[in-house]
Parts: sequence; structure tokens; C-alpha cells
Amino acid sequence: MADLSINTPREYEPTFGDYVALLKPRVMSLVVFTALVGLIVAPGSLHAVEMFAAILFIALGAGASGALNMWYDADIDAVMRRTAKRPIPSGRVEPGEALAIGLGLSGISVVMLALATNLVAAGLLAFTIFFYAVIYSMWLKRSTPQNIVIGGAAGAFPPMIGWAAVTGDVTLESVLMFALIFMWTPPHFWALALFTKSDYGDAGVPMLTVTHGRDSTRRHILGYTVLLAPVGLGLALTTVGGPITIAAAVVLNGLFLKGAYDIWRRDDAAAEADNYAVEKKFFKLSLYYLFLHFTALLADAALGAVL
Amino acid sequence: MKVTHELHDRRKSRNVGVGVTLVGFIAIVFALTVVKVTRGDPMQAFDHVVRPEMEIVE
Repeated sequence: MADLSINTPREYEPTFGDYVALLKPRVMSLVVFTALVGLIVAPGSLHAVEMFAAILFIALGAGASGALNMWYDADIDAVMRRTAKRPIPSGRVEPGEALAIGLGLSGISVVMLALATNLVAAGLLAFTIFFYAVIYSMWLKRSTPQNIVIGGAAGAFPPMIGWAAVTGDVTLESVLMFALIFMWTPPHFWALALFTKSDYGDAGVPMLTVTHGRDSTRRHILGYTVLLAPVGLGLALTTVGGPITIAAAVVLNGLFLKGAYDIWRRDDAAAEADNYAVEKKFFKLSLYYLFLHFTALLADAALGAVL
Repeated sequence: MKVTHELHDRRKSRNVGVGVTLVGFIAIVFALTVVKVTRGDPMQAFDHVVRPEMEIVE
């Protein structure tokens, strides 16, 4: 008869940090920041404890979806250099553990967000987790070169959830905050894809640079950046905007459009000649773009509170 | 003195981590409860019997 012991010996005993790594802490930091901005700029207010709880459980929900993603993508992660050291492909955490942690934390985060704030915010969080884990990871990531666009939607939900935690509603402002991150993600990521040697091809993940070529990727970057500009300016003109956001939106979108135009104008031969200087500059700018856009919203909220 | 194996360190990290997380969770649930109770949020829900005090009066 087979050994019925559940304590089968394993070669590696995971540390607590190995489990934390399943939650993608670096992605969480962006989630915390954008959700916090959504919470603060929303009309109305929450008690400090509710606010802390809301941010914590939104971040936990994002982490849970990260764990589910790692569980499902372990085969891809094992092939690619960048992700081969993740807890599952490196053998530190069992796939079943990641699945259990992902599902468990998803449930806890959604229920706790509902109790701390309201059902709308909790529903949006549940949808975000479902969207990232099922629609993105399980379905579209491996089947379309537009996967970055789809994945970007999951990253765009946190400010909308933060807003809903306060207002219990989805409004134009929160939709535009969503749209800002959603439209920003493709140019941000594709710029990175242009100058990094990726092994997505080996893993069988369709990437635009591989499936449609690098010139097409340059056109896509420009296209999405052109669509992004009115979103940024539009957000600045809503009730959450103000003089600082308008100024930031004009400058940032101007610079971003210029950068995207420069990328579109040249080909890979020119890019290789200067070691992808333009693409790298655009990527760096994209990081500032999102951070400063949301910081400007915070600044305007602070300004409004003072005046 | 008994030297601890590296395995024990990892187990300890896991135990301490889970312990701290659970205590933190209790603290946040308690704090949320205090905030909601002191603010006078509705303290009861539908319980299969009519509760006139729960009905919203326009």
C-alpha cells in the first residue's frame, strides 16, 4: 500500500519570503500607489483605518492574482531567463501551494474589501483578479500578440477600485484613470521589448515584435501614444484635475508624443547604431509619465484641500 | 548547545511570518470593527424575521 503520509519529505523547505515572492511585491507597489491616488482624489472620505484596510486588501488581491498567474505560467516562466528564478520554476514552492495561496488570498481580499468598504469595490477587485488570472493568463496571453494590451487592463483597475471604495460608484473620472494606465501600458512595454533581447519566442508567447515585426511595433507605439494623449488631457479636465494636473498632462503628453514620433520615424538599423538610445529614453520617460500624472492628481487634491 | 540546521531557520522564518501575518489580520479586523461600531454603522442584517427598526423610512 502506498504511503499515506501527507508529510512527504521535500528537498527544499520554502521560507516565508518564497511565499511573499509569489505575490509579485514590485507590481504590488504600483497597485498601492495608484489605488491610493484613486482613494484620495475621490469625493468623500474614509476613516484612516478603512483607508488602510482598503489599500491593503486591494494590494493583497493583486498579489493573489500574481500567485495564480505564477501557478498557471510556471511552464513559460521556467523557459525564460527573466522568470526562471521565480518560486515555482526554481522549485522553491510547489504549484499546488501557489494555487491554494492564490485562491485563498483572492477570497480573503474580496470579502475583506467588501466588509471594509462596499460591494462595488469588492466586485471590481474580484473582476480584476478573474480578468488577470483567467482572461489574461490562461487565455489571451498565449494566443494573441495584443496580450500586453489585455494585460494592461488588469493593471489599470486599482485606481478605479480605490475610487469605488470611497464613492461606491464608477464614474467618468475613475474610468479615465483606468484608461490612462490601460493606454499607457502598451507603448511602455513595447518600447522595452524593442531594446531587450527577449525569449518570449522560446516560451511560445506571441509578442508583437516577433509576430508582426519591429517596424509594426514602432507604429503601434505611436498609435497608442496618440490615443493616450486625449485620455491624459481629458482626465486633467475632469473634477479630479486642476492647474497642476493640466500643466503636467500638457508637458508629459507632449514629451511622450515626441518620443513616440522619434521611435516611429526610425528603423532598427538606426536604433542599433546608437544602441537604442531613443527607445531607452522613451521607456524611462514612460515610467515618469505615469508616476507624475498620478502625483499631479494628488497635488491638485492637496491644493483643493488647502484652498 | 545544539546547533540549528539551516532547515530550521527556514521553518522559523515561515512560522514567524505566518504568525505576524495572522496577528496583523486580527488587529485590522478589530480596528475596522471599532471604527464601524463607534460610527454607528448598521449593526444588524436580515435574519428571517421582520425588524421594523431596519426599514428605511423616507
